[in-house]
Amino acid sequence: MRYEALHFALRNRKLVAGTVVILVFLVAGLAGPLMFDHGPNDYVGPPMAAPSGEFWFGTTTFGQDVFAQFLYGLRATFLVGVLGGVLAAAVGMVVGFVAGYRGGWVDELLTMLTNIVLVLPALVVLLIVNAYLGVRSIGVQALFIGLTSWPWAARAIRAQTFSLRSRDFVDLARLSGVRTPRIILREIAPNMSSYLFLTFILLFGSAILIAASLDFIGLGPTEGVSLGLMLNNAARWSALQLGLWWWFIPPGAGITAIVGALYVMNVGLDEVFNPKLREM
Amino acid sequence: MRRYFGRKLLIYGLTFFVAVTINWMIPRFMPGDPVQSMLSRANVAQPAAVEAMRAHYTAMFGFDLPLWQQYLNFWGALLRGDLGISIWLFPTPVSDVIIRAVPYTLGLLIPSILLSWFAGNRFGAFAARRKWLDNTVLPVGYVLTATPYMWLAILLAWALGIVAGVFPVAGAYGFDLQPSLSWGFVGSLAEHWFLPFASLFLVAFGGWAIGMRNMIIYELEADYVNYLRALGAPARLVRRYAFRNAILPQVTGLALQLGVLVAGALVTEIVFSYPGLGHLILQAIQNQDFFLLQGTFLFIVIGVLIANFVIDVAYVLVDPRTRTGMGEAA
Repeated sequence: MRYEALHFALRNRKLVAGTVVILVFLVAGLAGPLMFDHGPNDYVGPPMAAPSGEFWFGTTTFGQDVFAQFLYGLRATFLVGVLGGVLAAAVGMVVGFVAGYRGGWVDELLTMLTNIVLVLPALVVLLIVNAYLGVRSIGVQALFIGLTSWPWAARAIRAQTFSLRSRDFVDLARLSGVRTPRIILREIAPNMSSYLFLTFILLFGSAILIAASLDFIGLGPTEGVSLGLMLNNAARWSALQLGLWWWFIPPGAGITAIVGALYVMNVGLDEVFNPKLREM
Repeated sequence: MRRYFGRKLLIYGLTFFVAVTINWMIPRFMPGDPVQSMLSRANVAQPAAVEAMRAHYTAMFGFDLPLWQQYLNFWGALLRGDLGISIWLFPTPVSDVIIRAVPYTLGLLIPSILLSWFAGNRFGAFAARRKWLDNTVLPVGYVLTATPYMWLAILLAWALGIVAGVFPVAGAYGFDLQPSLSWGFVGSLAEHWFLPFASLFLVAFGGWAIGMRNMIIYELEADYVNYLRALGAPARLVRRYAFRNAILPQVTGLALQLGVLVAGALVTEIVFSYPGLGHLILQAIQNQDFFLLQGTFLFIVIGVLIANFVIDVAYVLVDPRTRTGMGEAA
């Protein structure tokens, strides 16, 4: 069974292409910054220089190296995506499993909570929260993104749990006296593991996009760089009017490539896990 | 059906309550002191003046009262429509500042949401299971949905606005014009409106097209489709039946996407300095104008709640099952 999934995974062009793109950016973000002896915000070159052999992506109005900023920014982007995605997936799973498995008033209450958080526009809540934070860091940003973006995952997981709850093997576990957390962990979760993984990938992508919007509005981390902050700086210091295209194209292209690759990977994985979708 | 709407309205009522409570809680329980940050911004040297200002702002927030009374007062002021005074545009009331900006945001959001939804659904349904179109639509659609709104806006502003010089890239109308009902003004308005609209439209369009394409493919596997085909129904008819079923999750999806679309409009407005709510938020953040920020937050929440309710009504119209109380509506 394992090998069969691997067999189809390696032959799925979407999955392979998406994974390769993600890995390339990940390696660039992890290893890339090591090749500079200066920080991303240091003034190292002539201002407003076009891309050249020395500065691959050119420099900003202040003479900062855009390529260095880009590589450091990738780190921040991956970090916020992973942390926010993991947290949102965790909250969504707990709420979804408990609501779906328990049913009754617990379900009513949790579904109510889910629907309320679902209707609240996440980014606007994040704006208010971040505006009052004096010092902002990637960790705190990811924390609040995670706390606001779990509802649709919880809803989907609840529905899946609901359909698994009355299966024979779950009844059997219940009859033999297995405790609820263990039933959820050992009987229900493994049967939807592929689904949970897909959910995580989508949450990962959306955390990156939300963080980029926050950074762009000017509520990004107070220190360091991220791809969203680069866009923010480029817009604020009129890179558009000055024609510094090398300042605002790479960060946006980076975000688009990462999130797009995640989505394509998601489709590919779906085809691997779900035989019905395969032959196309 | 009454039960369906009753439940929905209960949720929206509770959501509003939660939003107001969040709005009240954050300045009070977050680390950092809003009064202090306003004082440091004012940059006054004399200690006596600082004390007077501190007393003024503390009274304005009502920080000197017990918490429960602060909370009740907050609701009281809200119900009277009093959102405080803007600091950025002192001494204009926050509600006036917001009401002036709302038409611009709605003018961008409503056409881009509706048009992208209709066009995306049509196109996605058309592309599904047509080999050649499918192979081009899918990648383009994924790239579009993965694009951050502000980046596409920046690209369009740069390419069509600055390099090609076809469209203006800042403001809602020419700086040399006064708002009036003349052709010149309306033309300028439309010219400034087009690029922000286009960037919102394109990103959302990609998502709807992909969603619809996937739904149609899923529906074309269903039993009723096999049955229709076995009866020898023409492909067009089969597709039309599949479309009616596939549109339902897309209506629900519209409600789910509202928050993302509003967020997209906010950042797009910032790129184009378009004088809507996004611009207000930027100014509020840069000027530490907390009253304005909180007022805008409440306005957006109310708007999203109303839009959700409209979508609920639309759902009842397109899905006959909710009308007879048969189906469990999402």
